[in-house]
Amino acid sequence: MLKVIRAELRKLRRPSLSLSTILTVIGTSSLVTSLLFLLIDSPQGNAREGQRISREILQLPSGVVVGFNNSATLLGVVALCIFAAQTAQEYTYGTLRNLLVRQPSRMKILFGKLAAMKIFAIVMVIFSAIVSIGLSYALAPTAKVSTALWTNSDGRLAIQQGLLNVLISTIGFGLFGMILGLLFRSPISSISIGVIWILIIEGLLSAVVKNIDKYFPGQLLSVVAVGGTEKISYKYALFGSYSILLLGLVLVAFLFKRRDVAN
Amino acid sequence: MAEQSNLLALDVNDLSKKYEERFAVSHASFAIPLGTICGFVGPNGAGKTTTIRMLLGLINPTTGSGHVLSEEISKPQNYLPRVGAMIEGPAFYPALSGSENLKVLATIGGFPLDRVQPLLEKVGLGDRSKSKYKTYSLGMKQRLGIAAALLPNPKLLILDEPTNGLDPAGIQEIRALLRQLADEGVSVFVSSHLLSEIEMISDYLVILREGKVVFSGKTEDLLSAHKPIIVVKTERSADLSRLAQIISQNKFESKLINDELHISAPISAAASINKLAFENQIVISVLNPIKPTLEETFFEMTGSPNA
Repeated sequence: MLKVIRAELRKLRRPSLSLSTILTVIGTSSLVTSLLFLLIDSPQGNAREGQRISREILQLPSGVVVGFNNSATLLGVVALCIFAAQTAQEYTYGTLRNLLVRQPSRMKILFGKLAAMKIFAIVMVIFSAIVSIGLSYALAPTAKVSTALWTNSDGRLAIQQGLLNVLISTIGFGLFGMILGLLFRSPISSISIGVIWILIIEGLLSAVVKNIDKYFPGQLLSVVAVGGTEKISYKYALFGSYSILLLGLVLVAFLFKRRDVAN
Repeated sequence: MAEQSNLLALDVNDLSKKYEERFAVSHASFAIPLGTICGFVGPNGAGKTTTIRMLLGLINPTTGSGHVLSEEISKPQNYLPRVGAMIEGPAFYPALSGSENLKVLATIGGFPLDRVQPLLEKVGLGDRSKSKYKTYSLGMKQRLGIAAALLPNPKLLILDEPTNGLDPAGIQEIRALLRQLADEGVSVFVSSHLLSEIEMISDYLVILREGKVVFSGKTEDLLSAHKPIIVVKTERSADLSRLAQIISQNKFESKLINDELHISAPISAAASINKLAFENQIVISVLNPIKPTLEETFFEMTGSPNA
């Protein structure tokens, strides 16, 4: 499987993909973090869905990673697109047959690709964390937010937890993209269906049907990223989201193993 | 039996692939000895690519069995490291260079990366190895596909339409390359629409029609099974019908086509035909023995005007 991982990383590190991803991640993290600090006094809110995150909350040890945590859904969408495209394009380019001739074990191909994309996601998240946390320090004085508690042991722990949670969430979104890629075997279909589901359908249904968000992978992964909410606990979100994804992965792995490669 | 199977590059028995109610390949059986170039021909939709995909473990056969390099096709991991393949045209990542594309495949197959550049040079892509695949012409893509197939230093090379998109010089180069590989002991199984090419390079032939094998064996056996024709022209065209009569008395079949007499007879009969004409004061101006081509034989066997 190591050979598959190395081969996949060779594809992922190409400048057109890696640079565009890094630029997207920088843009996303910078935007979310900047709005958090620059709109701190805005009555329209400074976070997702018009939420207001006050100066007092940002001054807590965990305040250092609020911007980073809030970027998680958008980072997740980026991961979803990359995982879906990298998986589905093997079908559209017809390259899957080359891979399978060189490595006939389909499970090694599948899990090797997944492992390589996880590594790519880790790099992406670390990059985002550096940009977001750096920007938080830079913008804190402008927003009159004290950073005194950010550097103590609680602050460092908050950074570690935030990094881990966003990582788990981002990989979950990526896994969702990979499942869609294997299911639809087309980058355009899998990305559009995935993004529309995560950003629109889940949100709309959650607003209309009470408690349905407890069963949506996107909603649960967003909760994982922020370490849990009052409504949905961290443990429930983690277990729930990954149970759904695991089920999906088992299904598509079965299909991937059994399907004829006829294109 | 085991010893015999060790001498075979491919051995297929009763292999079938059924999609819903239609057989793409129906009870195909053939055996190809090691070290030969085998042409795999048939009209469009005859089942060539489906057969190749089954041999490479990409498609599960509905029924039947097969061996590649003496290993069962149900266990492709046992033989694929010794097999090079290009299936249904080249397929690579457009945003990667030719060299990077081959390195991806070399990495996944565990082959040394330093094989990549010499292979690119071997197929004439040495100076374009850093160019992105999407900038390649069809012929260059085809060459890259052949280079990829050669990555494992294969004992068996399976190529599906390798000369598609190549210019005549390119086709000639590929022909020479395949002959060189066969001389080095590599078995080659090559499907092509270019029957004249196949005829020139193949020692063996498998002909498919509507999923069924209609011939498998030595190329020379196929061609010698069909009678050659001796084309005769006489100095005076009026003598042609008289010669036809004389020929028929000597139990050769003949047909008058325009101002030529086409006689179905072995090539060795040309001398006796000449003698008969001379004895009957007929002056022959042209006496041309013609062997049947693979194309003619193919059309006769498949009943199809398009290869």
